[in-house]
Amino acid sequence: MYLLEVRDLTKHFGGIRAIEEVRFRVREGSITSIIGPNGAGKTTLFNCLTGITQPTKGRVSFLDTEITGFRSSSIVKLGIARTFQNIRLFKEMSVLENIMVSQHCRTGAGLFASILRGNAFKKEEKIIEEKALEYLELVGLEDFAETLSWNLPYGSQKRLEIARAIATEPRLMLLDEPTAGMNPQETSEMMELIKKLQELGKTIILIEHDMKVVMGISENIVVLDHGVKIAEGTPGEIRKNPLVIEAYLGKEH
Amino acid sequence: MTEQRAESKEQRAKNTDKKSPGFVLRPLIIALWLALLFLPFRGIKDALILFVMLSILLFIFRALSGYAKTLTEKFNGIRQSVNISLETVYARSKIPQFVTYLLLFGFILSVPFFAKDYFIDVLILAGIYVILAQGLNVVVGFAGLLNLGFVAFYAIGAYSYALLNTKMGLGFWSALPLSVVLASFSGFLLAVPALRLKGDYLAIVTLGFGEIVRLVLNNWDSVTKGPNGIGGIEPPYLFGMPLGRLSYYYYFILAFVALTVFMVRRVYKSRTGRAWVAIREDEIASSSIGINTTAYKLYAFAFGAFWAGAAGALFAAKMQFVSPESFTFMESVLILSMVILGGLGSIPGVILGAVILVILPEMLREIQLYRMLALGSGLVLLMIFRPQGLFRPGRLSRLAGRANL
Amino acid sequence: MFVQQVINGLTVGGVYALIALGYTMVYGILDLINFAHGEIYMLGAYLGIIFLGFFTVIGLTAYSLPLALALTFILSIVFCSAYGFTIEKIAYKPLRNASRLSPLISAIGVSIFLQNYVMLTQGATDKVFPHLFEETGFEMQGMTFTYIQIFIIVVSAALMMFLNLFITKTRMGKAMRAVAQDKTMASLVGINIDTVISVTFVIGSGLAAVAGLMVAMYYGLVNYSIGYIAGIKAFTAAVLGGIGSIPGAMFGGILLGLVESLSASYISPEYKDAYAFIILIIILLIKPSGLFGKSQEEKV
Repeated sequence: MYLLEVRDLTKHFGGIRAIEEVRFRVREGSITSIIGPNGAGKTTLFNCLTGITQPTKGRVSFLDTEITGFRSSSIVKLGIARTFQNIRLFKEMSVLENIMVSQHCRTGAGLFASILRGNAFKKEEKIIEEKALEYLELVGLEDFAETLSWNLPYGSQKRLEIARAIATEPRLMLLDEPTAGMNPQETSEMMELIKKLQELGKTIILIEHDMKVVMGISENIVVLDHGVKIAEGTPGEIRKNPLVIEAYLGKEH
Repeated sequence: MTEQRAESKEQRAKNTDKKSPGFVLRPLIIALWLALLFLPFRGIKDALILFVMLSILLFIFRALSGYAKTLTEKFNGIRQSVNISLETVYARSKIPQFVTYLLLFGFILSVPFFAKDYFIDVLILAGIYVILAQGLNVVVGFAGLLNLGFVAFYAIGAYSYALLNTKMGLGFWSALPLSVVLASFSGFLLAVPALRLKGDYLAIVTLGFGEIVRLVLNNWDSVTKGPNGIGGIEPPYLFGMPLGRLSYYYYFILAFVALTVFMVRRVYKSRTGRAWVAIREDEIASSSIGINTTAYKLYAFAFGAFWAGAAGALFAAKMQFVSPESFTFMESVLILSMVILGGLGSIPGVILGAVILVILPEMLREIQLYRMLALGSGLVLLMIFRPQGLFRPGRLSRLAGRANL
Repeated sequence: MFVQQVINGLTVGGVYALIALGYTMVYGILDLINFAHGEIYMLGAYLGIIFLGFFTVIGLTAYSLPLALALTFILSIVFCSAYGFTIEKIAYKPLRNASRLSPLISAIGVSIFLQNYVMLTQGATDKVFPHLFEETGFEMQGMTFTYIQIFIIVVSAALMMFLNLFITKTRMGKAMRAVAQDKTMASLVGINIDTVISVTFVIGSGLAAVAGLMVAMYYGLVNYSIGYIAGIKAFTAAVLGGIGSIPGAMFGGILLGLVESLSASYISPEYKDAYAFIILIIILLIKPSGLFGKSQEEKV
């Protein structure tokens, strides 16, 4: 069953055609990778899918609901979460607080409740904290709960980003270059994490440059070049596709 | 760019070397330049005096900066080797904290017994400003929304109580909810269009709003009595007794301050507070984890304005008179300075900031004239040397990962 | 009557435009709203009176009024530019890499400082511009136009033309435009950022000085608080035209002057100052990028 359907998605920034009539579908429970040379429009695609940028043309539907043009917070509520290429953590908050705040759309205490602090509020706060610790354990950061998030090493920050996305209880996760800047050890740990997420029932779309990761865990690959989809298929198919090789796979990883 | 930096490093090294001519020359040139700028305004004699004073000052500064560097290095070294910072010691041990609070509260509660009326008066004013500053702290400190016209909500709270009391005979307790709701609602109304703007523009719109409110108060003679203001406002009545007496009003304000801090703190340490801080830290990331940033920014504005309205009503009730003079842009700047001085987002910091900025000018009454001059230069210096203010938010409430201040 | 108001509007508008240019240039380069800029204008007015007073005392004015005036202008411009330059070095340069809030607060601090500096050194009461030229003018169809008004309009227009030429034709002008577009790139092609920033402040302050001096001549009175109101209005003009855009500031200034003049005479003179604020809020809500500006999307 197709969780996400993207139809003729187009985004122009003035004269620049960032993405042009991109079309693909994502099966539930799968891992899809979006690859392409730098500037191919991959992050723009993510931005359109998550409501950060409004597409110029085209449609996106999630679970058979049209979500084109929805604002980010609504899209998250519907079940799509994302991470950012250049890490956007809440620096002044601790690791734990980052995860606690990420449960925002799944909790409901309002202003008055926080002042009155009834039993329902207290119970909810307790659950938030407990769940936060669980999410941290999932990515292996439970020992750093009280650390200020910008004190973490780079690799841990990336994992925190993912934990934050998980905390929103998504069905679909969009990970923007999760292994960027990582050494081989960290990269394989990240691959393990992504596979674990899949086991937990999440559907995943990755933007990646590391071919080992892409070929290693994806079931489906979408290739973009200059904003246009030039190929789609399994790792085996893509590896042999001459268009892709020409545009991109010239570099060996 | 690195070349430029390397060059100036050399120059700086040259200038701290006592033997090079730059060491003597540079302060003199700077002093001369500033004295020349001063010349047309005060004449040759004063400019000469300024030149001499500045030269001496800059020399001392130069001489000290060499020492200061080694001093701070030694100090940090000691700190690191012992690995204790004042805050962590303070935060870890339970006994001193409890005792400090007890002493503090004891002192605050007993003030009316030993202090002069004048001092109590100042403290009451400080209390009102604490409430005001906490309101702004919610908007600027928690949510990171720059509001340069906060005084507008203060004015609305004050004038609405003034009018409800003098024109409709409502007592304080009946008028207070109305004033507060009115102020809060104005905050909401302003926020709806204004929050679509980013940082700088939002600041300007709020400034404009503050000024428009003041202009309306000044010119709408039929209702607000214009620059003459509204007098004859009644103080609050408690158990049938008017709280006109200073010491009674002192406890009254104290109770309100406690209430404000209590409520603001509760909101801060909750889902709403966390959402606000997230928005301040990174708005895009916030909406990417499901926070409806528009709604929450609105809440911040309305909640902050709520407290400004309360402070306004309290102010009107205390002074028993309001006029547009009390609600100028300078007031907004003053309140903002309190929040920044205390540390954006830090509740105890802002209390301290407000108290300092109310008490200090009063204590230095003799140099009252230079008060604003000090504020202006103080702001510049604060931004250059300690932009995070006195307290960084959250540092006292938990053991942070860093030991340095 | 209408034409009279138009002339009044152009006069005031020219002044606003000159001040607005300073705001827009600094914002274009540093993304900073220079709150203290209005005070430079105020300094220009005061300095004008001070210098002219000095020249009168030494007898120069009696000897040759045009010479005294010319020297007054030059000295005011020089001093105001020096003030602008110094302010940038002391209060803004150290904060170039800080968050956006810091320089803004610093600017507010400088503004407060300057206002009180003048109040303390020159007194809180209005300062009077020496009554040197009568309100001479000419009449046309029952309306009076003073020579001073014509003078202001002409000088404003001339300065705006010169600035335009400077920005488009000279090397420094091109450097300024480059820095406004992309600071890093500009420094990488060898432009000295510090110099360009200083020049920007110097020019902006010089223009504000002229504006201040002309206003002093026109109204005959100055006060340490005129910087604040004029500053807000000029800033409104800059935003109206599109902050960061030099032609925008010119256009915005003139437009604001006209609107203010006409509204004051046809709607209500008491709320004259409010019109600027109202316009400001309306533009910011409808089209924050102003008439000539472009909207910017944040890159994620």
